[in-house]
Amino acid sequence: MKPVRFDYVVARDSAEAVQLLRQHGDEAKCIAGGQSLGPMLNLRLARPTVLIDLHRAEDLGLTEQKSDHIVYGSTQRHVDFEDGLVPDATNGMLQAVASRLAYRAIRNRGTVGGSIAHADPAADWIGVMVGLDATYQLRGTKGLRDVPSTDFMSAAFMTMLGSEEILVGVSLPRLSKAARWGYYRYCRKSSGFSEATGIVVADPERGYCRVVLGALDIPPVALEQVANALAEKGVDEAIACTGEAVNEMLAGYSDAKRQLFTVVVRRALAQIGEQ
Amino acid sequence: MNKTGIGQRVRRLEDPRLVHGKSRYVGDIKVAGMRDVAFLRSPLAHALIKGVNKPSGYENQVICAEDLNGVSPIRAESTLPSFRNSEQWPLAKDKVRFAGEPIVMCIARNRAEAEDLVELVDVDLEALSSVITPVQAKENKSDRLHEDWPDNMFLDFTIGKDMPDIRDQADVVVKREYDTGRQVMNPMEGKGVVAWWDSQAEQLIVNTSTQVPHLIRSGLADCLGLSPDMIRIVTPEVGGGFGYKCVLQPEEILVAWLAYERRGAFRWLEDRREHLTAGANTREHHYSVTAYADKRGRLLGLDAEVTVNVGAYSVWPFTAGLEAAQAGGNLPGPYAFDHYRCHVMATASNKPPFTPYRGVARPGVCFAMELTIDAIARAVGREAWEVRAENLVPAASMPYQNVTNKHYDSGNYPESLRMAKEAIRFDEVRQRQKTPEQDGRLIGVGFATFTEQSAHGTQVFAQWGLPLVPGYDEARIKLTPDGGLEVAAGIANIGQGIQTTLAQIASEILSIPTDRIRVTLGDTTTTPFSTGAYASRGIVMSGGAVSRAAEGLAERICNLAAHRLECEASEIRLEDGQIHGPAGTMGFNELAISWYRRPDQLPAGDGNTGLEFTAFYKPSVDTGVFSYATHAVVVSVDPQTGKTELLDYAIAEDCGRIVNPMIVDGQAIGGTAQGIGSALYEEVIYDERGQPLNSTLADYHLPGAAEVPHITVQHMETLSPHTAHGIKGVGEGGAIAPGGAVINAINDAVATLGVEISRIPATADHVLQAIEKKRTQKTLKSQHSSEEQPNETRAV
Repeated sequence: MKPVRFDYVVARDSAEAVQLLRQHGDEAKCIAGGQSLGPMLNLRLARPTVLIDLHRAEDLGLTEQKSDHIVYGSTQRHVDFEDGLVPDATNGMLQAVASRLAYRAIRNRGTVGGSIAHADPAADWIGVMVGLDATYQLRGTKGLRDVPSTDFMSAAFMTMLGSEEILVGVSLPRLSKAARWGYYRYCRKSSGFSEATGIVVADPERGYCRVVLGALDIPPVALEQVANALAEKGVDEAIACTGEAVNEMLAGYSDAKRQLFTVVVRRALAQIGEQ
Repeated sequence: MNKTGIGQRVRRLEDPRLVHGKSRYVGDIKVAGMRDVAFLRSPLAHALIKGVNKPSGYENQVICAEDLNGVSPIRAESTLPSFRNSEQWPLAKDKVRFAGEPIVMCIARNRAEAEDLVELVDVDLEALSSVITPVQAKENKSDRLHEDWPDNMFLDFTIGKDMPDIRDQADVVVKREYDTGRQVMNPMEGKGVVAWWDSQAEQLIVNTSTQVPHLIRSGLADCLGLSPDMIRIVTPEVGGGFGYKCVLQPEEILVAWLAYERRGAFRWLEDRREHLTAGANTREHHYSVTAYADKRGRLLGLDAEVTVNVGAYSVWPFTAGLEAAQAGGNLPGPYAFDHYRCHVMATASNKPPFTPYRGVARPGVCFAMELTIDAIARAVGREAWEVRAENLVPAASMPYQNVTNKHYDSGNYPESLRMAKEAIRFDEVRQRQKTPEQDGRLIGVGFATFTEQSAHGTQVFAQWGLPLVPGYDEARIKLTPDGGLEVAAGIANIGQGIQTTLAQIASEILSIPTDRIRVTLGDTTTTPFSTGAYASRGIVMSGGAVSRAAEGLAERICNLAAHRLECEASEIRLEDGQIHGPAGTMGFNELAISWYRRPDQLPAGDGNTGLEFTAFYKPSVDTGVFSYATHAVVVSVDPQTGKTELLDYAIAEDCGRIVNPMIVDGQAIGGTAQGIGSALYEEVIYDERGQPLNSTLADYHLPGAAEVPHITVQHMETLSPHTAHGIKGVGEGGAIAPGGAVINAINDAVATLGVEISRIPATADHVLQAIEKKRTQKTLKSQHSSEEQPNETRAV
């Protein structure tokens, strides 16, 4: 299990990274923490001839605080969230998510942007960011563009990222003080990949409410019906209508899968009830 | 009191170097000019090899079966009735029989380049129908793994007789089917071998991560057609054996052949993907059990069928017959009953060849037997622990000859059950179950009691008819000029702490502290013969040999010291690291100096026999000494997700005389962690063509620290009458019981739902499906009148 031969270049900033991508085209692959790409290289599933290391691109490691949102640089590591090394816009949700993401050894190196760009449906951030209504900042040869997290992922491991584009930042609206969230992931063993995730964010002051299914084999799915019930009628009503909403949304899945997703959404909703 | 002798909590001598990363595993060995090899492994489970095209320019770096001049296939015959043998060529010849079987060996400057080369080799395979499940193996006689066989059966025989009287007499009949999933052993360090030719010694030097260096020398010599003295096997640090490293591996033969043939240095290090596919070689059993009991649940007879799905080949030296034969022989477990029949089968299938894994067969039989005991208890409406206690061999019956003629040497089995029940606070659990949990989880408690046949020797292995039967183990001991000891034994140090415990045994007898004792292990040139570390035999066999050698040395020391201390040898005492006579005391170093440097101080004449002693040992009864234990566990089951959590775990165990309590705890806890993997998480999933589907650790789930609860270990100490110091083996027991105990606890938890689990691993998916199926059945039942009963329980 050793990778095929590749060249390795370090990008000093995101502009240079884009430049390098342009130069090497499809043969190149960006690496940040390497926690997903590393094993794929070793298994020879990924076979780039050039590896562009974003790890030392300074602008990707910055955090920008605005009055109504925060932009996290894409190479912020999971531990930066877990250990509170970056400002929080989410009343503790990012910290809670980060602290249960895989193992500490992985969190030490893995990055938020790397995880999102990789777009493994079972990974944590890709669903949570939809729950938080994040916007992704992408840099390409023509400059910056914003893509809403709800549109970013098109299929498992497929995103709107162009071949000469990198994810530079994750912009999260600040939740108001009264906002509540729920997050429940079901995995067979702790630190394993989630097999069903329920994500709930309710921010009545901002008139925002979203309920998301994560860890499907497709991009995260929002349950509008449940979100509406939560916003208008409260947690109990939302829990009551979850089963039907999940069954409808996951019509093609097995009974056991639907059952699991119903359970995780209900439990995420119940966390909101407890707060 | 001797502070480093038997029974002392001596810190492991091997730990400082291990925990500081200072030691040397196969992967740390560097030899000038060393080349790495990588294997092209079969992508198909069953196929004809129509041709191998070597990339041009690399012919010399690409080796296939035809190139292996002088190499014989692995043949591991057994004299068990009905046994059929197989031939395993180290590189597949004509045909591949499992996905992952090596076909071509590629050589390059490093592993990455060797893997590049593998990608350039073109192998033409013609797919054949695969035989995957034991049912397919039994029914499909046309798709045969080994063409010269009439079917796919390695083994097919019956132990014991039919029991018509018992059938009539029984108040209760319990019938169950059980399955245990195929597993991978997953030692932290995979297999690895570095071999080179030593021109000075005129020897092939093979550094290999093995449990059985002296056996590997014999096996390699056979397969390479060399005389054993031309081969030296060296065991560096071994990062876990568990049975995976107790057989001769094709890769060992290939790398050794290469080193011999080319007079160079070559290396292969197994990677995790190879391990999870080509090394998926254990635990797959199927049971069909009919138990007859009286109305209190007293077991009258057991009529069983055991099928072990052995895979493609017979491994050397333990054969494809050992696991099934041992399952048939050990199924009755710690219970006293008189009527037993077992139809024993081992099926050949397109999976990697079965290798004995920690517990060998007994995790399966314990699972089957312990679930059966609980099923009987439910059938007669009693507590499972009560029924278990009444069926266990009572202490008063020891020694006890069981229904399969196993000689249970000593112990108090019911007492271990009582202790475990108390430690798990059984009554409190029953009390807690009366009130529903707030979060909807279901609580259950379960037990499993088992015996662990350890250190079984000549008689047992000869009965199984293995190609190599263990006899006496040897050890050599020497007093060094500075008054320390050198101990040498042929067993391998595989993480079990044998360096420490052998030193403790020597220390016990000679009173020299363990920090003055250097122990050398696992090298065919520097250590005397041992068949190695397997079958929980090390501490009994090598420990016994060291004990005898130390006694022999003690006698020589006393003889020499008597002259210096001017007394009779019989008056000398070895205590506190010194030699005491009635009128004076001397240090071991003083005595050693007189032998090595000042022989003028010694008496003239024949009495001077040196300060080195080699001894040979096997127990007075060599059919095995039986350790035993009860595991008790409290679980919670989430009925909405099927997920099981272990809340509490207690073990009450007896391995005879305890040499080092911390090491015994470590064995019990480590084994239990592996057993929890078997119980809840680990299984290699195959598709219908025999492709392994979970080939990384992201998909093959091992229990991690968070999945293993705190485990309380309590010890009993009933000496074996047959061994030196009354010691019994303890290497495997921990891994035997968790499947039975955990599933019994799950079944206790889900009993209110009418669900009964009968396979391991009881993954969350599996438990959830069983619960969902029951819910559906109940819905159907409300529509129809009768309910299908998959497990039959007849009350007569």
